[in-house]
Amino acid sequence: MAKEITFVFNGNPMKTMIEDHWTLLHFIREEMGYTGTKEGCGSGECGACTVIVDGEAINACLYLAAEVNGKELLTIEGLAAADGTLHPIQKSFVENGGIQCGFCSPGMIMSAKALLDKTPNAAEEEIKEAIAGNLCRCTGYVQIIESIKAVSGHEEEPHVVAFSTDERDRGE
Amino acid sequence: MKRFSYLVPTTLDEAISLRVSHGEKAKYIAGGTDVLVKIKEGKLAPDYLISLKHIIGQDRPFLNHETGELYIGAFCTHRSIEQSTLIQHQYPILHDAIKNIGSVQIRNVATIGGNLVNAVPSADGAIPLITLDGKANIYGTKGQRSVELRRFFLGPGQCDLESGEILTEIIIPPLAPRTGGAYIKHGRREAMELPMLGVGVLLSLEEDMCTCAKACICLGVAAPTPFRALEAEKHLTGKTVDENSLSEAGRIAGQESKVRDSIRGVAWYRREMVGVLVKRMGLKALERVKEKDKEVLRTEG
Repeated sequence: MAKEITFVFNGNPMKTMIEDHWTLLHFIREEMGYTGTKEGCGSGECGACTVIVDGEAINACLYLAAEVNGKELLTIEGLAAADGTLHPIQKSFVENGGIQCGFCSPGMIMSAKALLDKTPNAAEEEIKEAIAGNLCRCTGYVQIIESIKAVSGHEEEPHVVAFSTDERDRGE
Repeated sequence: MKRFSYLVPTTLDEAISLRVSHGEKAKYIAGGTDVLVKIKEGKLAPDYLISLKHIIGQDRPFLNHETGELYIGAFCTHRSIEQSTLIQHQYPILHDAIKNIGSVQIRNVATIGGNLVNAVPSADGAIPLITLDGKANIYGTKGQRSVELRRFFLGPGQCDLESGEILTEIIIPPLAPRTGGAYIKHGRREAMELPMLGVGVLLSLEEDMCTCAKACICLGVAAPTPFRALEAEKHLTGKTVDENSLSEAGRIAGQESKVRDSIRGVAWYRREMVGVLVKRMGLKALERVKEKDKEVLRTEG
């Protein structure tokens, strides 16, 4: 059955016809033509199709297009600025070698974005949890975790000076 | 994917009447992370999918402060349970289980009710809920009924739901004083893994803080359905909870298990691990009772 849905796609309000049985992944790739979101396993194991709906990372292969009605959808195409400037997470993946073949990258980056939007100072454990549902067969994950860590600000926390070296504070 | 119509009722009655009018051609769907996989694989071929996601008022865990009962709507996503501070602080045994189901992407969508009605022997959500002595509320054309969760599972993939009935919520009775629990999913990997074993232990202590007033031990993947290790529970009751009594309880629980060889693990190993993990979870439960007790003393003192 065809029905009309309204939603926000990468920041732009949209109104369009969809079929009930379309997955969100089919709708994004085949109907709208945005192929940044990948299809890997099609059964929720690999995370290559990860997109963000109302702030939460989801697998677009196991989500019906009908369900984005009234919601905000963000895909990898919505991250870079209009002039092509990469999003800090994308830039970090490039700079830290978080990409080899690139197939998992859109999903990894969307999972990372969903995490960092809520937890800007995410620790390594939180990063690992956030990308547990994203498979990468090239990098061995180390550089991916490093890439996310570099933007999480976790390493850049100001070092707290516990004791003042000021003469007056020596308690003499 | 096969064509179907997606129906979106907003009340239980509306959902039931849609199911009645479309009969066996219709199938309920909540999060859809299992139903859609089955449709893709051709194991299900419904003409109508009736969504339970938009039914109002059953999407958050909620504690009734007057009765002490915890209500968990069947359409709560795993993520909403995992991130609930109520669950993290008062029911850590449930948090232990839920946080390791699937991935963040799956937990954001999949529901606890879906996990239960699939009735797979490895359902991580079921074990802690049975350990907590939960009841399932079920709604259908004949009205509402209630069933103890420990009796809800009838066999692999089979649960006590009549055609057209909907699991609407899980109710956990008030926790006895000095109660703590813990759950472990045992598998080969840390993430994206079905359990080789699931072990939940809940202990209530006497006022002396060492004698076991009540023990509840529930095992997953140790039999065709989740099951309570009643003999092991009996062994602990009235005894001092320590490494010795928990080791023996674990050994008994292993004997009670109907473990089998499967692709994820062999029977003898599973039986041994039931023993190890019952003891480990018992000790963790004990630690949690003591932590909670200290907290109570702090707030009262």
